[in-house]
Amino acid sequence: MQRVLIAGAVSAIAKEVARLYASDGAQLFLVGRDSAKLKHLADDLTIRGASGVGFSTADLTHFAEHDSILEEARTFLDEIDIALICHGSLPDQQACEKSFKLTQQEININGLSVISLLTLLSRIFASQGKGTIAVITSVAGDRGRRSNYVYGSAKAMVSTYLQGLRGSLLPFNVHVVDIRPGFVDTPMTAGMKKGPLWVSPQRIARIIIKAVSRRKHTVYAPFFWRYIMFVVRIIPEFLFKRLKL
Amino acid sequence: METYGWGRFPKTDAEITAPRDAAALQAWVRETDGRAGHAIVRGAGRSYGDSALAPQILSSRYLDHFCEFDDEGRLRCSGGVTLGHILDNFVPRGWFLPVIPGTRFVTVGGAIASDIHGKNHHLDGCFGNFVESFQLLLATGDILTCSREENTEIFRATCGGMGLTGIVLEAVLRLRAVNSSAIRQQTFQAQNLDGVFGLFDANPDSTYSVAWLDCMARGDALGRSLLFLGEHASATEDGGGPAQKRDRQSGASRSVTVPFTTPAFLLNKFSMSLFNACYFKLAANRKDKLLDYAEYFFPLDRFLHWNRLYGRNGFLQYQFVIPQGQAREGIGAVLKEVTEQGKGSFLSVLKKLGEHNDHYLSFPLEGYTLALDFKYEKSLPRLLDRLDRIVLSHGGRLYLAKDARMSKDTFRQGYPKWEKFIAVKRQVDPDCRFASLQARRLGLCPDAL
Repeated sequence: MQRVLIAGAVSAIAKEVARLYASDGAQLFLVGRDSAKLKHLADDLTIRGASGVGFSTADLTHFAEHDSILEEARTFLDEIDIALICHGSLPDQQACEKSFKLTQQEININGLSVISLLTLLSRIFASQGKGTIAVITSVAGDRGRRSNYVYGSAKAMVSTYLQGLRGSLLPFNVHVVDIRPGFVDTPMTAGMKKGPLWVSPQRIARIIIKAVSRRKHTVYAPFFWRYIMFVVRIIPEFLFKRLKL
Repeated sequence: METYGWGRFPKTDAEITAPRDAAALQAWVRETDGRAGHAIVRGAGRSYGDSALAPQILSSRYLDHFCEFDDEGRLRCSGGVTLGHILDNFVPRGWFLPVIPGTRFVTVGGAIASDIHGKNHHLDGCFGNFVESFQLLLATGDILTCSREENTEIFRATCGGMGLTGIVLEAVLRLRAVNSSAIRQQTFQAQNLDGVFGLFDANPDSTYSVAWLDCMARGDALGRSLLFLGEHASATEDGGGPAQKRDRQSGASRSVTVPFTTPAFLLNKFSMSLFNACYFKLAANRKDKLLDYAEYFFPLDRFLHWNRLYGRNGFLQYQFVIPQGQAREGIGAVLKEVTEQGKGSFLSVLKKLGEHNDHYLSFPLEGYTLALDFKYEKSLPRLLDRLDRIVLSHGGRLYLAKDARMSKDTFRQGYPKWEKFIAVKRQVDPDCRFASLQARRLGLCPDAL
């Protein structure tokens, strides 16, 4: 039986990952903002076969609470086999350009709150001497694009942090996975026009489960984003700066 | 964006909103200016015609939670949960849906709205018969609990009511205990229509029964069919109890996707005759076998997007029922008309139905139902109009979940309780905010439009 901690558990991708673990009989601890939604999801996961579901309500931008949340999770799960960090928001880029306050908020949610959790989690995992930490970042972090660079830079910060963390946790037998989804059809992206590259949260969830169990490092989800982002990264800057991507 | 039902006819431009949960959906209904005839709820989009089409579509895709399950098989779940998900989760634990349609890809809300039937209708009735209660979000934004005891009229109007009374947020269903996920299937050959009617009549106690009909056969062979009877296997036959993991994803695991829309001419008289003849001859040899339930109930689900085979213009499924006494004659007349016109139906399904229930717009009547698939072409509407007259003159009616073109008069003649339905509609949605293209066509919003 796996013991899984999920931050941002009500988000569409996290919910589907939780369901897959639940149907395998996992024990889950969920963190999210809305207790009614967490309860709703916990009931769902229990019916799907989870051997136990606990949850805690928190706004993860309140960094000071992170310690006590993780303590709660540890009390419930005993040991944490898998920690999955999924929370985030999609900023309004143009609004951010006019307001540093908004930009700061978005970087707090998508970047710093994740790093705060990772700092605490890495200590917990190191003392356990085992486990996997998986974080959902984004292909948007691979290169700054004018349409989405606040989100992109926050995700890039997390990705870079994870690369370093992976090495630092290696001696402790703790594994770190960076999951970079492309376009996923979720409530977060409801306002965007959909095309052939869009995939369902269910598909991303299956990729995440596989990546965790096979101890992958950086996973593009789905795989084709690895090639797309390779091309995006090699475009020379003098050209790239002119692209309205 | 361009949106259509499973038949890919008709197509319309619609805005699709997918609220993230029931509260968001309720807020949307409360806060959005409700224009008459503007919005309709849509589940998995598996109704064939225009019953889930409107300028504004409200998707139930995020209403996908299981809420409560008890030892007696009572399941409370959200309206957007698909029947496939229920089966995936509960078959391994020994529970089965009491009514199973031909595809796993329909939602609970959709199953209630169409009051769907399955291969056991002759014994067990419709999906709505196994719904204990549901929470209905009305066009006013209020949420109402409906059951046979509470808001009875609204319950009866909603089961089969094509989503026009409101949106099913949650429903309580009764599942059925089974010992095995396997189905023991028996196949019988019938050389013509009389033969297959005789076989249905000779096997009234069979749990599941359905016939595949060779619509290309003419003359003496008119109505040549294969009858498939099914029973739940016992635990010993299955080689181990129901709690087997392999059943979890059955159906989806061995699926093939039709990757793009194929040219419509590939489905022609010749290819259909060839397929039908081969199917008839090959199936005859295998009389008895044990099948996984998904193979028995959902043979077409293995071909994802099979609707693309009918080409860009899409297809219509024409499903009607004719009451017992006139069924043989009426179905014979329909088949004759179809074969005389040289029109073929790639897949034709015949089923004996049991008694009708008290839901106002529920389709089944005690008698026989036949479903025919026709690719859309210019001459089709005229043929279907002629079929309508045959069906009505034999006391029958058409299935709303498949319909894309019947007239208001055809509807009213077939569904004598339409006035009761409209009375409830007036009560719960006086401004007719919830209306599909089908509802407008059939005159189900008489005051507002």
